[in-house]
Amino acid sequence: MFKKLFGAAFAAGIVAGLLITGIQEVTTTPLILHAEEYENGGHDHAASLKSDYVIIQTKLFSTRTPVGSEKLFLAHSNSGTEGHDHGEEEWGPEDGLERTLYTLGANITMGIAFALMLTAAFAVHGGEMSGRRGVLWAMGGFAMFTLGPNLGLPPEVPGSMAAELGARQMWWLGCAAATGIGLCLMVFGRKIGFVVLGILILIAPHVIGAPQPDEIGGGVPPELAGHFAAASIVVAAVFWAMLGWLSGTFYKRFEA
Amino acid sequence: MKTRNTTTTADQAYLANRTQTLAAALTAAVFGSFLFLAVGFAHSATVHNATHDARHAFALPCH
Repeated sequence: MFKKLFGAAFAAGIVAGLLITGIQEVTTTPLILHAEEYENGGHDHAASLKSDYVIIQTKLFSTRTPVGSEKLFLAHSNSGTEGHDHGEEEWGPEDGLERTLYTLGANITMGIAFALMLTAAFAVHGGEMSGRRGVLWAMGGFAMFTLGPNLGLPPEVPGSMAAELGARQMWWLGCAAATGIGLCLMVFGRKIGFVVLGILILIAPHVIGAPQPDEIGGGVPPELAGHFAAASIVVAAVFWAMLGWLSGTFYKRFEA
Repeated sequence: MKTRNTTTTADQAYLANRTQTLAAALTAAVFGSFLFLAVGFAHSATVHNATHDARHAFALPCH
């Protein structure tokens, strides 16, 4: 059983990771690179000056506020408002092939991780599996890991403004978990009570509300940020559909 | 008596099989979650820089 679950997940994750990296190269990656030009101030000096002004304001503001209060962060800023400002350049892959290869590695790992969750769900649920059934399960994963969290925390292009990272990550994970539990109760709950409970759990993170920045107005043009948000959700849908079909197909083929 | 024994053996076989399936599923889910958190959420600057574009593409909170 271990061999079946892990074998299918690794095979599906590697293939889906390879395919999605190719798709990202012509969809989301050019938008990220374009946004980084604005972020680094190469494109629009006024925008970067404005961003620096906000960072200075934030720094002034943050010295006066108690620990734990909402602060403003400019995603990716060179000024290092984030806490990992060690004064020296941190390692990062060189632009071009090296950067793409690291992204490929991350995509494959992410693919294996999600595929392991899918094959675990297949095994617990039992019954015949197929590529088509895998796609149905994967739509649940897409709702859990993309649709739910993105309603509160939309996809960020480098240079967009957002609340403090730790708070966003906590909300994101809580929302994904609540969406997953809520969907399971709605799909597998045999009584109306379970369905109602599922809906309540699913909407709870959105009622609580995702951490939002105190101010908005990053240096990246809204057209570009909007395009990126749409593109990343579409690419995630394609990724999950591929991963679900591959996981279901490999799960069926691999022996227990 | 004989029928009852057969049923018990079949039950035991089913239970053993089911336990093995659930153990494998739990291991896969935990390992999968660990991988996901490492790639998508680790605060290490090195991991962040290596996985940067993938984190953005998957709309994870970055930076």
